[in-house]
Amino acid sequence: MTATPTLTKSQAASRRRRWLSEVGWKYPVALIVVFYAAFPLVYALSASLDRSGSLSGSTTLFRNVSLDNYAALGDTLFWTWVGNTLLVGGSAAFGAVMMGAAAAYAFSRFRFRGRRASLTTLLIVQMFPQTVAFVAVFLLLITLGEAVPLLGINSKVALICVYLGGALGANTFLMYGFFNTIPIEIDEAARIDGASHAQTYWQLIMPLVVPILAVVGLLAFIAAFGDFILAKIVLTGEGNWTLAVGMYQWVSNQLTSRWGLFAAGAMIASLPVLALFLSLQRYIVGGLSSGSVKG
Amino acid sequence: MSVTHEAGTRPESHARTWSGPGWGFIAKLVIMMVINAIGVLAIFSAYNAGSWVVLAVLVVLLAAADWIYFSRRALPLKYLYPGLVFLAVFQMFTLLYTGYVAFTNYGTGHLGSMEQAADAALIQAERRVEDSPTYPLAVVREDGELGFAITNDGVVSVGTAEDPLEPVSGAAIDDAGTPVQVPGWEVVPRAELFTDTALQERVVDLRVPVSDDAADGSIRTREGSSGAIYTSSLTWDPAAQTLTDTETGAVYSPDDRGSFVSPSGDRLAAGWYVPVGFDNFVRAFTDTAYAGPLLQVTLWTFAFGILTVLTSFGVGLLLAMIYNDSRVRGQKVLRTVLILPYAFPAFMSALLWRGMLNSEFGVINEWFFFGAGLDWLSDPWLAKFSILWVNLWLSYPYWFLVTTGALQALPTDVTEAARIDGAGRWRQFSSITLPLLMVSTAPLAIASFAFNFNNFTIIFMLTGGGPAFPGASVPLGATDILISAIYQISGVAGGRADYGLASALSIIVFIVIGIISALAFRQTRKLEEI
Repeated sequence: MTATPTLTKSQAASRRRRWLSEVGWKYPVALIVVFYAAFPLVYALSASLDRSGSLSGSTTLFRNVSLDNYAALGDTLFWTWVGNTLLVGGSAAFGAVMMGAAAAYAFSRFRFRGRRASLTTLLIVQMFPQTVAFVAVFLLLITLGEAVPLLGINSKVALICVYLGGALGANTFLMYGFFNTIPIEIDEAARIDGASHAQTYWQLIMPLVVPILAVVGLLAFIAAFGDFILAKIVLTGEGNWTLAVGMYQWVSNQLTSRWGLFAAGAMIASLPVLALFLSLQRYIVGGLSSGSVKG
Repeated sequence: MSVTHEAGTRPESHARTWSGPGWGFIAKLVIMMVINAIGVLAIFSAYNAGSWVVLAVLVVLLAAADWIYFSRRALPLKYLYPGLVFLAVFQMFTLLYTGYVAFTNYGTGHLGSMEQAADAALIQAERRVEDSPTYPLAVVREDGELGFAITNDGVVSVGTAEDPLEPVSGAAIDDAGTPVQVPGWEVVPRAELFTDTALQERVVDLRVPVSDDAADGSIRTREGSSGAIYTSSLTWDPAAQTLTDTETGAVYSPDDRGSFVSPSGDRLAAGWYVPVGFDNFVRAFTDTAYAGPLLQVTLWTFAFGILTVLTSFGVGLLLAMIYNDSRVRGQKVLRTVLILPYAFPAFMSALLWRGMLNSEFGVINEWFFFGAGLDWLSDPWLAKFSILWVNLWLSYPYWFLVTTGALQALPTDVTEAARIDGAGRWRQFSSITLPLLMVSTAPLAIASFAFNFNNFTIIFMLTGGGPAFPGASVPLGATDILISAIYQISGVAGGRADYGLASALSIIVFIVIGIISALAFRQTRKLEEI
């Protein structure tokens, strides 16, 4: 403050110029960037509230506001699809966490024959995504379905099993690293105390690794939520579809008349994901930068 | 940590006060009972269906599970087994099976075994016996098994696909002669037959043999209310493995390509699959119908993967450098809005943009191009641009987050030294910041490339691979990448199936991914951490 009065007019002007050239210009640019990032989402919100519910009718933002589209979702299979998605994604996430954590514990704590070889094999297998082998998945499920109908085409259980097939490869390494940071002295103390390996695992180690379990569960859920190709191949009946398959069908058939329904459905389905993502972004970004990528 | 403290204060350890099996053991027992029950059910189911390979695998897996969890040895396997089972069946097996199918001609016209193909050929050659009578017919069922009840001279006979027609007593018929009540069977109401399409298909496919002699033919129906006798013009000789046309006398014998062929060169539509060596690979590269489109698809796959990583990395890094500046206010709000597109589910973004880019009613044309009606998704070049644009929108936030983190972790003294030495901004960026940044982000860029190389969702949801190549006989288009091309060729979604060629292309994708991953390995040296 003491320096301000002594500033001449030209000094103040050059200071403002410097501020403009180094900081000030970033605000207008931010406006453009914010517009780019947000306008499709604002548009989707507006379309979901538009009474006409059609693509052509929703080009003016918030022309009229009604909840008709949201109410109309009740007449469709939307809520069934939400249920299916939660069931499939939830089961896949739970299974991925359980199997990944158990495997990571074994690799981290036990020294057994073939450990190194299995880790290397796992590392190599996980590089080849299941989705590229979808033809074989399809043929496998046809064969399995003839023997055990629950594991055949158009069964949610079969889709969960397919997702679980990819669970070990994708998550074990993320967890393995985390398990290694838990001091092995904890296990040793428990063993001396007479705890069995199962007690050590469930009562001591699992509570300590909850953060990584949450991250892996969330990543597995988002992966199942966003998967399209496997869900589309496996689930053939309309009542079994997940959101990705069902909403694709809405937009690919009669795009223009079902636009309002799609927008309303997208708003409902994305809100929990948005909320989860934004509140947990620190963990997710940590998980992302250690290998897995979301589209 | 608490246990180490308690160890000192507790007089005796758990081991000394052990008294019989605890809750853990009981829980294990209950879980294993459930697993065994499910396993035995599945094994019975496989036995009933006659799927011997599935049955054998199930028995082995169940026995292994029981041994592992009740033996004192194999401790690591107790933790690894569940994951390994799923990994082996649903990942490793499918990868290996892809490799096998790639070397066969599996697909439409080549399905199953030779016996199955012969059965299919017999059915396909079925014709209604000329001038044969029609019988009033009702569809009946019991325990989910379907059958036909027909009336012939007032006598009702019932049969199923396995059991030939047998007269039954005590059945009731209406005025038209249609059976309305059959003892031991439920007559399927006509109304149900009209509404249930799955049931209709089963009824149309159902063939009830007239007698034990297959030459007598079988009863079939088109609409579920009247039946007629159909016989096949072919006969199957299992010993000689030949099919003989009873009308023309032509003998169809198996060839080494999985088809029945007559001496005059006629080929039956139904065949079985056989190994064909490298034919599928050769076809992908040389067949005039495939080679041209597949080359374009491959080029675009690489271009898409590289361009999408470069653009989103570039925009993300640029934004990170601009707004990684403590003098800018409202950073938190800005950051949250910036990453919104990334948090929005990817498939919904693609569908949303599909509507927004619609040439007639889409807002992009309406708002920014004054209703110019540009064909964003049906012009080959505009469609490619649209895909890159949409993928930029939904993936730049990832790079914004990653590079912001990396920038903040960079040592400041190096850039400061460079500035003192008189390096300009560009020089600082290109000689110091970027190389340091690449150390931590290059592996992620490679992973991102590998991911986008197989980014089926964005392509399929946005353009469906279209616009189609003009004049091409294959269902491929200008924005198809390899994985969506495989999807179209495989025919898993309907249409003509070519599992062999699709798997061969999958193998090519696997090879590319393998090379990329090997590069990534050299970068991260992950193997050395094990």
